[in-house]
Amino acid sequence: MTQTDLKPTQAHTTNAPALEVRSLNKTFAPTVVPVKNLNLTVERGEFLTLLGPSGCGKSTVLRMIAGLEHPTKGQVLIDGEDVTRLSPSDRNIAMVFQSYALYPHMTVHDNIASGLKLRRIPKGDIEDRIRDVVDFLGLHELLNRKPGQLSGGQRQRVAVARTLVRRPSVFLLDEPLSNLDALLRENVRAELKQLFESQQAPVVYVTHDQVEAMTLSSKVAVLNEGYLQQLDTPERIYTHPANRFVAGFVGSPQMNFLTLPCDGQSVTLGNRRAPLPTEVRTDAKEITLGIRPEHVRLAREGESPTVEGTVSLVEHLGMHKLYTVQVPGKMPMTVRSLIPLSHTHSDRPIKLVFSGNAIHWFDAETGDRLNQD
Amino acid sequence: MTTFPESVSKSQRSSGINWRSLILPIAVILVVLFCLAPVLWQLLTSVKVNQDISAVPSVYFPRRFTLEHYQQLFARRPFWNYLLNSFFVAAASTLLALGLGAPAAYALARLRLQGERVILAGVLIVTLFPPILLFLGLLRVVQVLSLGDNYLALVLPYAAINLPLTILVMRSFFEQLPRDLEDSAKVDGYNTVGTLLNIVLPLTLPALATTGILAFITAWNEFIFALTFITRESMKTVPVAASQLGGASIFEIPYGPIAAATVLGTLPLVLLVLFFQRQIIQGLTSGAVKG
Repeated sequence: MTQTDLKPTQAHTTNAPALEVRSLNKTFAPTVVPVKNLNLTVERGEFLTLLGPSGCGKSTVLRMIAGLEHPTKGQVLIDGEDVTRLSPSDRNIAMVFQSYALYPHMTVHDNIASGLKLRRIPKGDIEDRIRDVVDFLGLHELLNRKPGQLSGGQRQRVAVARTLVRRPSVFLLDEPLSNLDALLRENVRAELKQLFESQQAPVVYVTHDQVEAMTLSSKVAVLNEGYLQQLDTPERIYTHPANRFVAGFVGSPQMNFLTLPCDGQSVTLGNRRAPLPTEVRTDAKEITLGIRPEHVRLAREGESPTVEGTVSLVEHLGMHKLYTVQVPGKMPMTVRSLIPLSHTHSDRPIKLVFSGNAIHWFDAETGDRLNQD
Repeated sequence: MTTFPESVSKSQRSSGINWRSLILPIAVILVVLFCLAPVLWQLLTSVKVNQDISAVPSVYFPRRFTLEHYQQLFARRPFWNYLLNSFFVAAASTLLALGLGAPAAYALARLRLQGERVILAGVLIVTLFPPILLFLGLLRVVQVLSLGDNYLALVLPYAAINLPLTILVMRSFFEQLPRDLEDSAKVDGYNTVGTLLNIVLPLTLPALATTGILAFITAWNEFIFALTFITRESMKTVPVAASQLGGASIFEIPYGPIAAATVLGTLPLVLLVLFFQRQIIQGLTSGAVKG
């Protein structure tokens, strides 16, 4: 079994991206806009994750790419061909559903074969393809069982096998791990990553789980209220969130946000004044400082602290402890910080330092990122 | 805390019987007896000899048994004919109700129809009318269409009476059928008809069997319409035929044959339910989604 066996059959001679979404809109009712003016391009071999809280429109986007929903406006292109008006079966896509959607009255073999049979592929070819996929995923013993006799993880594999055997132009996955328990999810996640890395066709993956998005993807699209917030690599999403929503949604424990008084050149943080970085320009009276808990550290001996406060809550996370620190002052603040396990806390005030190059500045009103580096 | 279980076990040992574990079986026996006693009475009556039937005081548990009443039923009356009539009318109306009701229920469950609530309320309101209220209207319809002594005069009203039940039951079943399955079928390349026949229908069989049996039983047992719309002897259904069994004189009530007819008229229903019982219990949807 070589990796090339599972590649799509047709040769890609065009330079068009494997999947392109052009100004896609979906309006359910005049007042609700679940998807607004979305543009995406996915190249061959890419793994794009649509990430967002529930109700952000990410599933709607996926269903529009699949052809299960019709866009109110906009286009979907697969391999450069406009498929907006085509039915799901004519788009050469394959989809894994959240509930797996295996046909309960068919055996695993028939479940995997059904899509091929309907495409009138010769019987011998179907069996060859099934054998390849079954070898690849190790499903031999399950072929004659019905979905009801499978465990959650096995059902998930069958659902994946059903898409692989189709050799589609695009793989669509709708929260395929959300029905698995935590331990299994981590294993299957790693498996999925390996599996789809060996595929030529791109993957569009929908999830609300940021860990899945960060570990699996080559690109992440963060959506909120139907708008695309940021489309970037997982690293950039994490280190350079485009706005306050992305900064707060990605990363656990969540980023600290402090709204500080500002006069254009410097901000007031507690009892100190600090100059703003030169590239941050704002005329507003307030500015939002964002810093992740792992970039808030204990002040060393003799170092002047950024903030000082009392610990109000200690949460053990295994590798670290998460301190919630109340900072008193004219504008009381709460700062959360990841502290090494070796530190023992007392009732005395704790001194914290913000790592200077890990500070994010956001417009207090619009939430847009202000520093560019 | 520790003394309580000990005292229980002591009392158990002293009495020798665990009364608590007996309550449930006794209750079950009583309930079953309460429900089935009239049936048992009919069954026993149908095999008693005439002397025992009219004996005072009543003979509850006969010593002498006879199949004479059953033989009379078939010898003096075309009872096979009645059974076949009943079967045909009930089966045809059931198929009609399912054939019309299931697609309607599917549409109500899946399409986002305008005024869906109004339609459902209408369907529900129809079930509130006792069929007897519709009787005079239906009689007129049968006269105008000259459907008297025609099976259609029974098949159509029975199907209509069963439609609301079929629609409501099937709709709630379709609604719990995961929508992902149909989407998955679409992606696989099934068209709408293919999806319905290959994916939805096999999963719907238990619900179809359940509603079908209910519709069949209603049609099988119906009396008033069958009595009025059908007058030709060879087309009568079992309930009507059983009620018209007469004795040699008006003073003689043929309890034995009536009981035998009742038993024979119920038997097909019992067999039907027993046969489809496995279908109903079979949880075909298990495994479609997590759970």
